[in-house]
Amino acid sequence: METSVAQLELREICKSFPNVVANDHVNLTVNPGEIHALLGENGAGKSTLVKMIYGIVAPDSGQMFWAGDSVSISNPKAARKLGIGMVFQHFSLFEAMTVLENIALGLDRKTSLRDLKTEVLAVLNDYGLQLDPDRVVSTLSVGERQRVEIVRALLLDPKLLIMDEPTSVLTPQEVGQLFETLRKLAAKGCSILYISHKLQEIVALCDTATILRGGRVVATCNPRNETSRSMAELMIGANLREVVKGDRRNLGDIKFEVSNLTLQKVGDFGTALEGINFSVRSGEILGIAGVAGNGQNELMEALGGEVLAGAPNVICLDHKGLGRLGPIQRRALGLGAVPEERHGHAAVSEFSLKDNAILTARTRMNMVRMSLIENAKANAYCDQIIKTFAVKSQGPQSLAGSLSGGNLQKFIMGREILQDPEVLIVSQPTWGVDAGAASAIHQAIVDLAAKGSAMVIISQDLDELLTLCDSLAVINLGRLSPTFKVGDVSIDEIGLLMGGVHGEQGSKGARAEAVNAH
Amino acid sequence: MRIKFERRAEPSRLMQILTPFVAVIVTMLIGGMVFSLLGYDGANAVKEIFFTPVLASYKWLDVATKSAPLILIALGLSLGNQAKVWNIGAEGQYIAGALAGAFVAYLTPNVQSPLIVLAMLVSGIVGGALWAAIPAFLRTKFNVNEVLSSLMLVYVALQLLSYLITGPWKDPQGHNFPQTAPFTDAQLLPHALPGTYIPPGLLIAFVFMLIFWLLTSRSVYGFEVRVVGAAPSAARYAGFTAARTVWSTMLIGGAMAGLAGILEATSQLGQINLGFPSNYGFTAIIVSFLGRLHPVGVFIAGIVLAITYVGGQVAQTVVHVPSASGGIFQALMLFMILAGDVLVRYRLRIVTNFSQTLAINAAK
Repeated sequence: METSVAQLELREICKSFPNVVANDHVNLTVNPGEIHALLGENGAGKSTLVKMIYGIVAPDSGQMFWAGDSVSISNPKAARKLGIGMVFQHFSLFEAMTVLENIALGLDRKTSLRDLKTEVLAVLNDYGLQLDPDRVVSTLSVGERQRVEIVRALLLDPKLLIMDEPTSVLTPQEVGQLFETLRKLAAKGCSILYISHKLQEIVALCDTATILRGGRVVATCNPRNETSRSMAELMIGANLREVVKGDRRNLGDIKFEVSNLTLQKVGDFGTALEGINFSVRSGEILGIAGVAGNGQNELMEALGGEVLAGAPNVICLDHKGLGRLGPIQRRALGLGAVPEERHGHAAVSEFSLKDNAILTARTRMNMVRMSLIENAKANAYCDQIIKTFAVKSQGPQSLAGSLSGGNLQKFIMGREILQDPEVLIVSQPTWGVDAGAASAIHQAIVDLAAKGSAMVIISQDLDELLTLCDSLAVINLGRLSPTFKVGDVSIDEIGLLMGGVHGEQGSKGARAEAVNAH
Repeated sequence: MRIKFERRAEPSRLMQILTPFVAVIVTMLIGGMVFSLLGYDGANAVKEIFFTPVLASYKWLDVATKSAPLILIALGLSLGNQAKVWNIGAEGQYIAGALAGAFVAYLTPNVQSPLIVLAMLVSGIVGGALWAAIPAFLRTKFNVNEVLSSLMLVYVALQLLSYLITGPWKDPQGHNFPQTAPFTDAQLLPHALPGTYIPPGLLIAFVFMLIFWLLTSRSVYGFEVRVVGAAPSAARYAGFTAARTVWSTMLIGGAMAGLAGILEATSQLGQINLGFPSNYGFTAIIVSFLGRLHPVGVFIAGIVLAITYVGGQVAQTVVHVPSASGGIFQALMLFMILAGDVLVRYRLRIVTNFSQTLAINAAK
């Protein structure tokens, strides 16, 4: 191995988009066989940088060297030709086709399916990956789907593999398997550029970390010599604020109760909900963990009232049955909801912040008189949200779509929280949100619970749930596990539940009963 | 080399307001050029189409008369367009409204009461709404695209009209012409309000402009319509049901077209004949977009389009351009406004193949 020549070197790369400098004189060196972390908050310029390496975006200036030679990569095909593979965060797979057919479709060269199958099996064997080439993709778990993408990249025999936030959709066990594969790959001399904002992972996996902030490289370090905290502070460029959870928290009576919520699945790839049961006390924060696509969206819509339940008593708030009421009536009774997708679901991007405040707060905040909207009240409420939650914007008239993800999420959370809901259901409260905004949102959730509201947090981020919640349940294939007290359950057990191993009998079930009993 | 569209961070508000004006000016330029190239006097055609109706006072009543149905129909369509409910069949609803109103006249040839006209207007509104209820029903029940169903119903309405006026409703004293009996005095409205150039339809259109303005800018219903159009999921989240919006916007659109139809019949033609369908329902689609879906904009745009209607006829006789030329200018205007909208939201960028050449060199 020639360690003297870097596999990939970027010198002074710049790229700007209208109104934003995405990369500002970025230097990056990836050595052969190195696992190199690219670390940064959302909007720090990580994606733009790897898109330039993979030929999706052209740099404005700067140079790129591949094994010592100056190159310019104009499209992904050219990148693959050089030996650069990429596994995206969002997979591009056809659900109705088999693994093998999907791999064949993504290949630049023409090979017969039979030869391809031999090649695929060889790759799977080499890296100890579990995957059946003849399975239809729609039947695969998210971890398995990611393996399809990895195999697709490995078939090119890459010298550099780019992994974009690969673990955000995996269970802890699947993360372990992925890391093993990546280490094997690195041992064979392939460099890996690993994009993430999960710091523990980077400490566990990577040899070098390059930290980006606001489009610039702020540090290059060896993660093993750093703590998660020190890297996080480099990443956000400020001291991290810890979420303060009051010590003397008394949980009150049961406030929100869901009993035997069952819904048919919608469409071919939706998830049916089967007999969901849980209850949340006043002041309690319940977390619902699970891998994406296991019924979280369906549950969110059923709880918020976008989809009605079969009978009123399936969903109860303070013993009033809400099951057959729509979102407007549920909100009037004090049930607030924040769905996962900010643009076009929780907010309308083309609308002003004022109009977005009207969207869900019009009834509870008395903005309507004789079917007419009182703009003064809407503006005042909007101002209040912006001020209380430090939303960076040009005021109530700025378009929701012009705000950064973190700021828009703060606005949406503020809009729901300032209505003083009895129950607040939030899906992915900090998904794609920078660390500063995330800690502000976490604090707001904890504060609302401290005032006596019942909280339900649906999230794929286990760390988030473990720091925030009092109790935890896991959703898998539309079924919800019994509720556990956080602290009574190990990460391994949660991981097994997320992967679909239900502990109906035995210790877990018994423990859940114990939790529910007191 | 290729051309790429890049989304602008925030579209300029000034340009959004200016686009319709720019579209009209560019339409004149391109239209004039095209007619010159075809061997006509392009400059004069533009002058006759766009300026004569404004400058010659004897054309004002004509312009006002033609703008009334355009504005009435376009006000209704704008509401649906905001919800992205595409009612293309206003022409059919316009005809259905006129027929429903004329049915009242057909039943009451000998009744002398001021209430007759009122009954005709109400019947026209209901007729237009019912015609629009068909595509609304098909869309909400069976998810049938309203663009197709509403458009096809235009042709059904046309057939129905010619059946009625050549068959059961044919004027016995009409020398076998395909037309209904002339409306009686009790069934008629004046061409224009006494002593003015204002036809009754235009006054009603003005009142409706104010109502729609309040509806779209201040009411919860107007808000609902905008949310459903901009983000269906957010609408569901906010508690608005899309089906309700489809129904209400279609019914309102149909009712407005029906009102325009019966007003045209009772205040201008005084009967229903084969010349009644005059494409106002289609032209109103242009009016709606040229007016930026805003009630005040629609009112102005309705007058502009009426000018091209009148001017098209003037140009036929003065510059001898073909009768279709008015329509060509109207269609050009729609293209220009839509193209202008794209440019307000996106910027054009020309991407050279320079970087590609480099890559090929690198691969060698």
